[in-house]
Amino acid sequence: MTQGTAPIVEMRNIEKHFGNIIALAGVSFDVKAGECHCLLGDNGAGKSTFIKTMSGVHKPTKGEIMFEGKEMDFSSPRDAMEAGIATVFQDLAMIPLMSVTRNFFMGREPTKGSGPFKRMDVERMNEITMTEMRTMGINLRAPDQAVGTLSGGERQTVAIARAVHFGAKILILDEPTSALGVRQTSNVLATIDKVRNQGIGVVFISHNVRHALAVGDRFTVLNRGKTLGTATRGEITPEQLQDMMAGGQEMATLEGSLGGTV
Amino acid sequence: MSGNEAIAPTDERLKKEGFVARMMKRPELGAIAGVILVTIFFLITADPAMFTLSGVINFMTPAAQLGILAIGAALLMIGGEFDLSIGSMVAFAGLFFAAATVTFGLPLILAIPLTFLFAAAVGSLNGFIVIKSGLPSFIVTLAFLFILRGLSLVGLKVATGGSTQLRGVRDATEGDPLAPFFSGDAFGGSFAWLAENGWIDTFKNGTPKVPGLPVEIIWFVIIALLATWVLLRTPAGNWIFAAGGDTNAALNSGVPVRRIKISLFMVTACCAAMVAIITVMDAGSTDSRRGFQKEFEAIIAAVIGGCLLTGGYGSAIGAFFGSIIFGMVVIGLTYTDFDQDWFQVFLGGMLLIAVLFNNAIRKRVTGER
Ligand SMILES: Nc1ncnc2c1ncn2[C@@H]1O[C@H](COP(=O)(O)OP(=O)(O)O)[C@@H](O)[C@H]1O
Ligand SMILES: [Mg+2]
Repeated sequence: MTQGTAPIVEMRNIEKHFGNIIALAGVSFDVKAGECHCLLGDNGAGKSTFIKTMSGVHKPTKGEIMFEGKEMDFSSPRDAMEAGIATVFQDLAMIPLMSVTRNFFMGREPTKGSGPFKRMDVERMNEITMTEMRTMGINLRAPDQAVGTLSGGERQTVAIARAVHFGAKILILDEPTSALGVRQTSNVLATIDKVRNQGIGVVFISHNVRHALAVGDRFTVLNRGKTLGTATRGEITPEQLQDMMAGGQEMATLEGSLGGTV
Repeated sequence: MSGNEAIAPTDERLKKEGFVARMMKRPELGAIAGVILVTIFFLITADPAMFTLSGVINFMTPAAQLGILAIGAALLMIGGEFDLSIGSMVAFAGLFFAAATVTFGLPLILAIPLTFLFAAAVGSLNGFIVIKSGLPSFIVTLAFLFILRGLSLVGLKVATGGSTQLRGVRDATEGDPLAPFFSGDAFGGSFAWLAENGWIDTFKNGTPKVPGLPVEIIWFVIIALLATWVLLRTPAGNWIFAAGGDTNAALNSGVPVRRIKISLFMVTACCAAMVAIITVMDAGSTDSRRGFQKEFEAIIAAVIGGCLLTGGYGSAIGAFFGSIIFGMVVIGLTYTDFDQDWFQVFLGGMLLIAVLFNNAIRKRVTGER
């Protein structure tokens, strides 16, 4: 159903250097409305660095970013957010000392009143937070509970709920399932599916092939800062994906010796 | 906040959180407990005159002068930065203000806004260097502690032709319509009326012993309320907590961290300018020692008020009470038989207790194990 539509974001030959480290050596990638494009790759492949160029954290050293057909130059995460790109960063970007509500709306607080009496709409913020968290299957004690008191999985869920709430056009999830249990993982995968059906483009980073295959429409594999190619759902088997991620050869032999359990 | 109960779902694994447990998590709790303890201490040891109206005004005046600085320092600390130059800023702004009124003969309506503008510019320079260099604000503002103090000395000598005191502020500002807002006592009429009715102490001739409420106390309360409102009820407050809690997470969430931090440096410098204006008008002169070591006292008051040295946590109300504790101890000792020099021991002890206490509170809030 996504075939033929123009991509919302198109990244062309993105390069990113940190001093003399070449983290990205020319990566092209695009996301269309209503699809889930998975970005796979082993640790250190450059996945996080790549999506950070898409969400305005890093400026690419080279390459261009097209947003809705126009060349875009995000100079801060705020710019990207305002354009409609929401991101769940791998480190979650949450502040432990602050309440769930304050974290949920950090940087995008709804206000009421005007002039010098303009203030945060605390009641509405609390209500939205509680509702969104409940939708994700987490029952908070109170919206003013500090994020530091939540478990890793709960924190991740808050970060995802926040991004889903604000992800107007593109939702980027950097390894969102890494700290989650079985039930919360399927919850997140179901959320991705739901969000995609609303016409939002999802970028889903994972190094778990099964999670990716469960929801992905397209799959791009990154290895040492380069793309190894993009495959469409149905064109590729889990084994092939696994091999590509690991750089091919060694994985096949390792898998043989472990009796195909990896 | 009240609507929470209605929408809060129940989870059988959660213990009910009592009022005490909830209060334990408020950053200002320590300072309020401190005020109570110090009050009890002085009720026992001090002359009862300390807790008469004039006694209270006596310790609230220095508390207010420090508190205006401490609230600025607290906001900046919550935002994750320090300003060690605020004491020197008081002297520098005091010099600027005195020179504006005496040397240049400007009316207050020009001199006061100019002093604030000037302070804000110095504050933004502090902030700009900290943000651009990525150096700890501790070290950058330590440099400004000396630079501003030195400039104040040099400037005073230039303005006075060699003296380190610039006099004549009272004559220059006498009769200015803005003067009553920044000097002397407010509500003089009300106090006289209270005295007439015998509700407050009077001298033999019938004038009240306390002629009015010193303006700094009023400013102190206004600034504390304003800062609390900003912190708890505005997006800017959320950004201050976020910027201090984790700069990177805040940036990645779209918080304008640099703008917030530079603004906080400007606010802190303006608080110093406020204290400079009030105390210079009160004294009628300024000298190079004005505000000496106030930066430490302000930071101590903020820490007693629950601010974490690591940022991201604290309250303006806490700093408010922290400053009152300070004023009570400084002035209170004169009402007792203790040697006044116990003051520093008291202060250091309080600071230590506050830091230990805050650390424990932080662990509770974050559920750190
Ligand atoms: N800020 C940075 N400075 C220097 N090197 C970095 C920085 N961020 C990432 N890198 C390097 O870039 C490479 C890719 O990292 P990353 O994008 O986090 O990989 P992935 O998310 O795929 O595990 C790594 O070698 C990492 O060390
Ligand atoms: Mg990563």
